[in-house]
Amino acid sequence: MKLKLHIWRQSKPSTKDNPHGDGRMVAYDLDGVSPDMSFLEMLDVLNEQLTLKGEEPVAFDHDCREGICGSCGMAINGLPHGPERGTTTCQLHMRSFKDGQEIYIEPWRAKAFPVVKDLMVNRSAFDRVVQAGAYVSVNTGSAPDAHSIPVNKDDADKAFDAATCIGCGACVAACKNASAMLFVGAKVSHFVHLPQGRVERERRARNLVAAMDKEGFGNCTNQYECEAACPKEIPVRVIAEMNREYLRAKVVEEPPSGKLISGPG
Amino acid sequence: MKLESNIPSGPIAQKWEKRRFDLKLVNPANKRKFKVLVVGSGLAGSAAAASLAELGYQVECFCYQDSPRRAHSSAAQGGINAAKNYRNDGDSVYRLFYDTVKGGDFRAREANVYRLAELSVNIIDQCVAQGVPFAREYGGYLDNRSFGGAQVSRTFYARGQTGQQLLLGAYSALSRQIGAGTVKMFPRTEMLDVVLVNGHAKGIVVRDMTTGEIRSHAGDCVVLCTGGYGNVFYLSTNAKGCNVTATWRAHKRGAGFANPCFTQIHPTCIPVSGDHQSKLTLMSESLRNDGRIWVPKQVGDKRAPHEIPDSERDYYLERRYPSFGNLAPRDIASRAAKVVCDEGRGVGPMGLGVYLDFRDSIQRLGKDAIAARYGNLFHMYAKITAEDPYSQPMRIFPAVHYTMGGLWVDYNLQSTIPGLFVAGEANFSDHGANRLGASALMQGLADGYFVVPYTVGGYLAGEKPNGGKADGAEHRAAVAEVQALTKRMLETNGNRTVDSFHRELGKIMWQYCGMARSEKGLTEAIQRIGALRASFWKDVKVTGSGENVNQSLEKAGRVADFLEFGELMCRDALERTESCGGHFREEYQTEDGEAKRNDEAFCHAAVWEWKGKDQKPVRHTEALEFENVHLAVRSYK
Repeated sequence: MKLKLHIWRQSKPSTKDNPHGDGRMVAYDLDGVSPDMSFLEMLDVLNEQLTLKGEEPVAFDHDCREGICGSCGMAINGLPHGPERGTTTCQLHMRSFKDGQEIYIEPWRAKAFPVVKDLMVNRSAFDRVVQAGAYVSVNTGSAPDAHSIPVNKDDADKAFDAATCIGCGACVAACKNASAMLFVGAKVSHFVHLPQGRVERERRARNLVAAMDKEGFGNCTNQYECEAACPKEIPVRVIAEMNREYLRAKVVEEPPSGKLISGPG
Repeated sequence: MKLESNIPSGPIAQKWEKRRFDLKLVNPANKRKFKVLVVGSGLAGSAAAASLAELGYQVECFCYQDSPRRAHSSAAQGGINAAKNYRNDGDSVYRLFYDTVKGGDFRAREANVYRLAELSVNIIDQCVAQGVPFAREYGGYLDNRSFGGAQVSRTFYARGQTGQQLLLGAYSALSRQIGAGTVKMFPRTEMLDVVLVNGHAKGIVVRDMTTGEIRSHAGDCVVLCTGGYGNVFYLSTNAKGCNVTATWRAHKRGAGFANPCFTQIHPTCIPVSGDHQSKLTLMSESLRNDGRIWVPKQVGDKRAPHEIPDSERDYYLERRYPSFGNLAPRDIASRAAKVVCDEGRGVGPMGLGVYLDFRDSIQRLGKDAIAARYGNLFHMYAKITAEDPYSQPMRIFPAVHYTMGGLWVDYNLQSTIPGLFVAGEANFSDHGANRLGASALMQGLADGYFVVPYTVGGYLAGEKPNGGKADGAEHRAAVAEVQALTKRMLETNGNRTVDSFHRELGKIMWQYCGMARSEKGLTEAIQRIGALRASFWKDVKVTGSGENVNQSLEKAGRVADFLEFGELMCRDALERTESCGGHFREEYQTEDGEAKRNDEAFCHAAVWEWKGKDQKPVRHTEALEFENVHLAVRSYK
């Protein structure tokens, strides 16, 4: 296959004042691409050629290359992770493209995900949201026997459906408001279906929503682009569950300081 | 090099309890004065960092990925073993211990394995309490499945994503501590050296992969949880970033490296499809619960699988190992696949593949039941191969998956460098010459949650806190060395890319130090690796600068280490003139092609000491004693 690639090249990290840095789209012709290659292997071929020409290869995050670590992610012809449903960029194969096709490759675009270099973005905002409360507060060694906590199978399955999130950020990249509600909703939903950590339920909902807002993610306007882009096909019901949990937390107990925290739209 | 295994005295079932009592404690008020540096954030690293912080130590944790949640533990699919005996099928701590020692072909340390089996039950409790969504039955209790090398069902799982879910559990515990300010996390930060002060590990040198800054961090001890070295083969099921650098550079500072030739070739991976291939994908061993492995009986039979009647199929694992059948351990299943492919009965375009067929179980249980068990794996297979495994058998072939060798550690998981602890796949201790399925997750979490937090305390109790100052002469010298190495890689400006060296090294390793090894091949490999290494430092081309993100530079450092390490692996394989577990020397096999151990000469761990650049390393040994599980020919027939 022969391809014409247009790739976002940016040498320095984005800053608040200069969100696009020196970034620009650069065109590359690439020949000899096999339909059995993964999309990232296609970029490997380009990078080998660039290196031998003395140019800097295209920087992009990737690691496991089997769709589970959540490292990779780029907008391909405007779609996060490209044209295939339920597929990460590393699991996308060139057989999904046509010979001679032009392909536009860009990093995730979101205020909360500043570009580090080329196609690589900083997603540490997700980590900070998790640090705000997406856990059960149980210390090592203090757990009861596993069978002392039976969980209804349907609940366990629902929790799993949310817990399967790989934290890649495609949901944010797909949303016109760069909302992180599918990601945060998945965290809330994972725990809401389980008896473990129930005692922290209200605090968790409040803290996660507050952390999400603080990072500068936008609000949800119910267009479900996030669900369509999610490589793990996390359903938008998790957003409804988060909203319900948040509302419930506001009714059940006000935060100790009495301060109002802005809500999830 | 002194190898004091430090195993507590007394009966095996009481050794760990005795050690926990004998270890000195650090007063709660003094714990916060000590700083522990944890390198790596997979199961072992995240679990250790979180648990140490909960105890009150200051912790700094480092990972090369952009988030600790991305460590390669997350790719483990099938499950985690635990001796819960929830199935009432005769399992016990002793049986898990026995199976693991036997599975490792009697090349692991008994006391460590017993502790692992003992702690396995606590791991499941801990993970359930964290909210890990394990598979459940309708009654609400945990489900189990079977794995290779065992005749009981003791594997807990979360669909085909058990590693991901366990890692997210450990990551949530770690995140809780980061949020509380007790762990300082350094993502996109790669460890490039250990700093020794008076012979003790008291710091590390790192490179900030975003800014390029090379600096050192001081601590009171260092815990390496940096995984295995499977990527020395270039093609493996490891993540692209997995590397030997942290353990190799610790080795060059004095840490003994044990059994580097013990590598695991996993029998069920998707076959290589072409030269462009950048990595191999595993298909979980759990598939062998319901899939049957076969090849045509006839050499060169090119018919489509459904056109080949049962009478012309060779279900070779069921034929050769009737009692374990398709659930024979990994080393045995891989070698059996190699044998049939060498005979010319392999399937697929290159003849390097065997069928893993679900036809019978789909007929028996229905497509939905199979989809519920393995849906994500079938989906992944279809994505990669564009073939539908529900209607035609999967094609699979062995691939490098795990490394049992690693830095030598004593019972306390301390290396030959005082203050340098090694946990998870990075150490050598628990799996001998072959690891059983679903035991890697168990070991990573046992080490991280339940061993390191105790033994690190035992070490620190005898130390004075150093205040975390990284400006001593030792720190400056180590930083300067890393800077010089980095500069050299950037300035070589040759005509070959880093990946081209890595691919070539991988081919040498796979050909001569893969599923079958011989004196002639290994000798040839050592010579060729030496030549390739010399060429690397002359011809490598790394573009860009050291002052920002430079992925070629990162790779160059890792490949430079693989080029040294690969040679040591071959040396270790050459010196071990026996076959055991994953180490198969063609010269040492039984009449029916099984591994032939030599217990008189090799019932030991081989521990290598670095003697300097271009110097021959020295081989030491730690004798292994089997007081509980008696040395026997390992049979799965």
